[in-house]
Amino acid sequence: MSRYFTEDHEWIDVDGDTATVGITDYAQGQLGDIVFVEVPEGGRRLAKGDDAAVVESVKAASDVYSPVSGTVIEGNAALGDDPSLVNSDPEGEGWFFKLTIADAGELESLMDEAKYQDFVSKL
Amino acid sequence: MSDDTIDQPIAEEPMTLPLDAWHRARGGRMVPFAGYHMPVQYEGIMAEHLWVRESAGLFDVSHMGQLLLSGEGLDAALEALIPADVKGLKVHQQRYSLLLADNGGILDDIMITRWPGGIYMVVNGAVKFDDIGHLRDSLPDDITLNHMDEHALLALQGPKAVDALKRLAPGVETLVFMTGGRFDWAGTPLWVSRSGYTGEDGFEISIAADRAEAFADAITAEPEVRPIGLGARDSLRLEAGLPLYGHDLDPETTPVMADLGFALSKRRREEGGFPGHARIMLEREQGPAVKRVGLAVEGRQPVREGALVVDGEGSEIGRVTSGGFAPSVGAPIAMAYVAAAFAAPGSKVTLTQRGKLHQATVTAMPFVPHRYVRQGA
Repeated sequence: MSRYFTEDHEWIDVDGDTATVGITDYAQGQLGDIVFVEVPEGGRRLAKGDDAAVVESVKAASDVYSPVSGTVIEGNAALGDDPSLVNSDPEGEGWFFKLTIADAGELESLMDEAKYQDFVSKL
Repeated sequence: MSDDTIDQPIAEEPMTLPLDAWHRARGGRMVPFAGYHMPVQYEGIMAEHLWVRESAGLFDVSHMGQLLLSGEGLDAALEALIPADVKGLKVHQQRYSLLLADNGGILDDIMITRWPGGIYMVVNGAVKFDDIGHLRDSLPDDITLNHMDEHALLALQGPKAVDALKRLAPGVETLVFMTGGRFDWAGTPLWVSRSGYTGEDGFEISIAADRAEAFADAITAEPEVRPIGLGARDSLRLEAGLPLYGHDLDPETTPVMADLGFALSKRRREEGGFPGHARIMLEREQGPAVKRVGLAVEGRQPVREGALVVDGEGSEIGRVTSGGFAPSVGAPIAMAYVAAAFAAPGSKVTLTQRGKLHQATVTAMPFVPHRYVRQGA
């Protein structure tokens, strides 16, 4: 399984042609206390860069984009009951949605962990 | 991921306030606000908000303008600009008032206190230079206006604020809501009023800028007190039903539309002589076309400033001016201006935000009861 990152602070875990998407620890730290998350429903088709989810902190609403094109398998229902999972475990239990990847070639434009850490350290 | 509602940084480099380094040393996350670098949060808005409701929080509000007005004929001159009973204001008494445009629109909401040497006025940070210009243009030459920009302003808010502050400045416990006085902290003079903008008991403290760090160190060394950012200040004042200038109040709104009728003193209503008097009295009699109301929003998603209020047919009947998640309520709340027919508590309305509909009910404010320490209480 490989993990990739976007400049918009999403992470994507790839396992064969399925993937899990969430926001990074850096992103949740910037947002602060998360009070609401809206995730996409299964079956929704997303192009790379589409608005896929909404995350709201006490102060602000932010869009979460799909790192690659694909079809949503499921959104993380647990975030409806406990949006603070995104704060407590952003890169684990606080995942946003899973999707079937349409074009694995799109992963090549994403960053690996080392590159992302370097990117964040310069922000 | 992208922010779409966080305030955009302004073009000019923000200025630095006396406690800037103090906030940074304590982990305050600094953001540009009202032309200054200000701490939006330390440990997190939710925890800070709840801490103020149960204990006490120290807010730096030094971006606000502190003005001292003095001179012969000051009371009458001020009464030509604001609807408060300035002449009836006793020494150490404080009042909430409004700086009004000629048409009765609100230029700013302000606090005035009579100190022995004149009227001390606190104005909002984002409009303070406009206010100073307006006052200098409008007041007679006999009136001196001193912008106290060598003073910091701190707000200590919460039910245990009095316990902490009386150890540093004995006597503050004798103040009641909307009164003030001069106190002494280790040889440093403090102007303290029992007031604030969180709905909690608390104090606002004016202190010379070069003593502000030492005072902030001393007060946050008290076990009840933590530093609190502007994020929690905003959620606290929203729960308290208090309007925020530039959001819930602006030159297009009048005191009647804003539901601030209490700021129009009886004598002034009868005698007139403040800007917009005729229009404001007509609105009082006939009812305003739109009115500021509170909204309880269904579900968990916050509905924020700019969302439209619509009726059952989808026609626009108003606009949300402040909104967010209310930590002490545990649900989203908002303030909005709505057409008079929908302004009664219990009215059901629909809000539209980014293409999504949210149901809401007009609710009496405050959302969280005020806990001011009033005279005789």
